[in-house]
Amino acid sequence: MTTRNKIGVLDLQGGVHEHIFHLQALGIEPVRVKVAEQFDDLAGLILPGGESTCLIRLLNIFEIAPKLREAHAQGMKIWGTCAGAILIANHIEGDKSQLGLMDITVSRNAFGYQIDSFNTRVKVPKVTENEVELTFIRAPKITAIGSQVQVLLQIDDYIAAAESDSCLATVFHPELTPSLAFHKYFVEKCGIAVTSELTERPDRTSWMKFARIAKPTV
Amino acid sequence: MENNRFELNAQLAQMLKGGVIMDVTNPEQAKIAEEAGAVAVMALERVPADIRANGGVARMSDPQMIAEIQAAVSIPVMAKARIGHFVEAQILEALKIDYIDESEVLTPADDENHIDKSKFQVPFVCGARNLGEAARRIAEGAAMIRTKGEAGTGDVVEAVRHMRQMNSDIRILCGLDEAEVMPFCKNNGIPHHIAQQVRKLGRLPVVNFAAGGIATPADAALMMQLGCDGVFVGSGIFKSGDPAKRARAIVKATAYFNDPVKVMEASKGLGEPMVGIGISTMKEEEKIAKRGW
Repeated sequence: MTTRNKIGVLDLQGGVHEHIFHLQALGIEPVRVKVAEQFDDLAGLILPGGESTCLIRLLNIFEIAPKLREAHAQGMKIWGTCAGAILIANHIEGDKSQLGLMDITVSRNAFGYQIDSFNTRVKVPKVTENEVELTFIRAPKITAIGSQVQVLLQIDDYIAAAESDSCLATVFHPELTPSLAFHKYFVEKCGIAVTSELTERPDRTSWMKFARIAKPTV
Repeated sequence: MENNRFELNAQLAQMLKGGVIMDVTNPEQAKIAEEAGAVAVMALERVPADIRANGGVARMSDPQMIAEIQAAVSIPVMAKARIGHFVEAQILEALKIDYIDESEVLTPADDENHIDKSKFQVPFVCGARNLGEAARRIAEGAAMIRTKGEAGTGDVVEAVRHMRQMNSDIRILCGLDEAEVMPFCKNNGIPHHIAQQVRKLGRLPVVNFAAGGIATPADAALMMQLGCDGVFVGSGIFKSGDPAKRARAIVKATAYFNDPVKVMEASKGLGEPMVGIGISTMKEEEKIAKRGW
């Protein structure tokens, strides 16, 4: 019997470093998940932003998808950001669903092109009392939710963040903005205590420390 | 709140990390690329190998054809403008292209100046052979860099050379005493403020992909192990015997570049690779990486 006491980030493609940095800023040392065996000791798994079709392809060729569903059924919580939210949705408009772990309907690339990507500032009372900055990059929209799903953030005609007992979905990228609030919220949802008092990471380029060529001068 | 376009554009490139961007010439190829797991497609009328073979002036692709590819896939669509041809870039922006590649693969429109990319809302990726070239493009507003390699050859040697040169330049710059930075910038044509960012970060301040000659899963994993953030594959896929299979294999090898068993599995039974041209048999003036400065 294994203990589910770690947080993992699916490390196949996309914004992996950014999530790792946010988690480390909270004092959590995440697992970089490359193969299905690593699910065994995870209390929670983050599916990062990236390209959903690429992530689906990689999940399927190495038969990670069925093991991911199994681990979820055994209690591993999942947070999907942007492309990750598409992967866990039960319904994808105009396409067949993939992991089908959360009763939401998503519309892929719903804002248009890169030129339509944007930042905004909002309050998400369930997650933090402070106003937070949100970044939407070629983002999907959550257009419908099932009865077991709660809305965390509604903007205009769409849902930007929602949660069920076992899943969290955000169509924006908390790993790209300074606030650590969503990461803290997810880690606590996974039953892991966050002791760090830090609420913001220091620098937007901090992910680069995981992809260095040389030791920095300063 | 005010949108910071440069930041949003650099962040789109961050989401492409660990992925493969594939050249496609029609909606059918774009769909094959997307299905295989490409993180973006580069829409162009002729792949670099054909541009090389056909000769003549290579220009921006027909907007009609680019729009058809945009309609066919949900992944980001990139397209090429000639170096210095800011009106081609304006047309691509009017098409709402997701990324403009100011590319040496096309015939340059200006042999002295690159496009002032800071004037655009849509992002640019530019080629570079060394840190100086990359830093100048970033100073002009590029939100992503790719090492040039030698497009349309299927020979990875130039891609390796440019990546190693870039890395070596970065290592030297980061090891310098502060007083030595300015002469290094002068000698390598590096804008000083970009050099300071590189010294602070230990790498380029934007995402850097490898390009130009990548034709096999092993080539892609090689470039990833050399430290790039992802790869472009141009002629290597649709000039090979079984494009769909090769595309999937390169996606796999890029994601698992540090796992020799998985790269080995990805390399099995792929059929004929593109024929290719050995760089050592080429004349200097035939190299397109020399376009731009």
